[in-house]
Amino acid sequence: MIYLKLFWSFFQVGLFSIGGGYAAMPLIQNQVVDINHWLTMNEFADVITISQMTPGPIAINSSTFVGIRVAGIPGAIIATIGCVIPSCIIVLFLAFIYYKYRNLSVVKGVLNGLRPAVTAMIASAGFSLVILAFWNGSSISTKLADLDVTAVILFAISLVILRKWKANPIYVMIGAGIIGLAVYSFIV
Amino acid sequence: MEKNIKFYLKLFSSTFSLSAFTFGGGFVIIPLMRKKFVEQYHWIEEKEMLDLTAIAQSSPGAIAVNAAILIGYRLAGIFGAVITIIGTVLPPFITLSIISLAYTAFQESLIVNYVLRGMQAGVAAVIIDVVISMAIELFKEKKIIPVAVMTGVFIAAFFFNVSVILLILISGIIGAAEVFLNQHKREGGK
Repeated sequence: MIYLKLFWSFFQVGLFSIGGGYAAMPLIQNQVVDINHWLTMNEFADVITISQMTPGPIAINSSTFVGIRVAGIPGAIIATIGCVIPSCIIVLFLAFIYYKYRNLSVVKGVLNGLRPAVTAMIASAGFSLVILAFWNGSSISTKLADLDVTAVILFAISLVILRKWKANPIYVMIGAGIIGLAVYSFIV
Repeated sequence: MEKNIKFYLKLFSSTFSLSAFTFGGGFVIIPLMRKKFVEQYHWIEEKEMLDLTAIAQSSPGAIAVNAAILIGYRLAGIFGAVITIIGTVLPPFITLSIISLAYTAFQESLIVNYVLRGMQAGVAAVIIDVVISMAIELFKEKKIIPVAVMTGVFIAAFFFNVSVILLILISGIIGAAEVFLNQHKREGGK
């Protein structure tokens, strides 16, 4: 039952992506690429790229994209609902606790404890994206001879620009896309 | 505040437009929500908005969606929350539906492939940049446990493919234990 599977997968993404922003990324990768094979790693990287360029949370973007590809518009709706339901329940529960006791210190403590883990998991997902970009995702080979030098240089320049000048990620990615188009159509 | 159709339309259109034009995720949309609902409409008070933000950031899921749920519920109960959720989710839903269909059509195109290949290197840099900033914050605290947890979780996730959900549960338990130990220590010291 594909709808049930979509719902359950994105329900887990919604339930366990704690910390906002990129925290959902490793969970989506886990559900969509590793467990259910709905997207290849390459397609997953494209979804993350698209998410960066369009408004809206990564989790909602992914549930729509994956849902449509797996089971059309109804699939997208069900995946998105699955993704949002845990938020509804927990947010309203926490709001209730908060208005009753005016205190969230235990929740905040647990969140603080999660921060290093969330950082590490985003790092892990980030490194798989780096490997994918450097070796072009086509094979699992990570031999030095197959290294995509253009991608390595693009990555290095982008990272320097981001760290040194705090540039807007959207412009960095557009720049990388344009250079990519120019270089790859020239050398391939 | 009168809750007529006009009010619900305003609630829907304001969350819809906020979601449609906000790039950069939850940490960007919250200040914009504050501007709209606190400064412009005076529907929520400044102090309460800060509390709602804290709850939105403490809950799992997308921060923008969490904040929308809280604002909708606060203003008009469950029905209000349903309206703000739909308002927030609809713009990315529509955008990504269109892109998803176009993606399938363009997947064979060499030009699109080259652009996306270049962008993959860029997006990898964006994520690593975020990770570096987060890790620096952790190292600044100069505590052993967070750095140990970070290293351990990274090795488990990246090299041994341990389930991310399991890792979150274990780290959550470590976090909770720390809170209780610290509280115990403080009370014992009195």
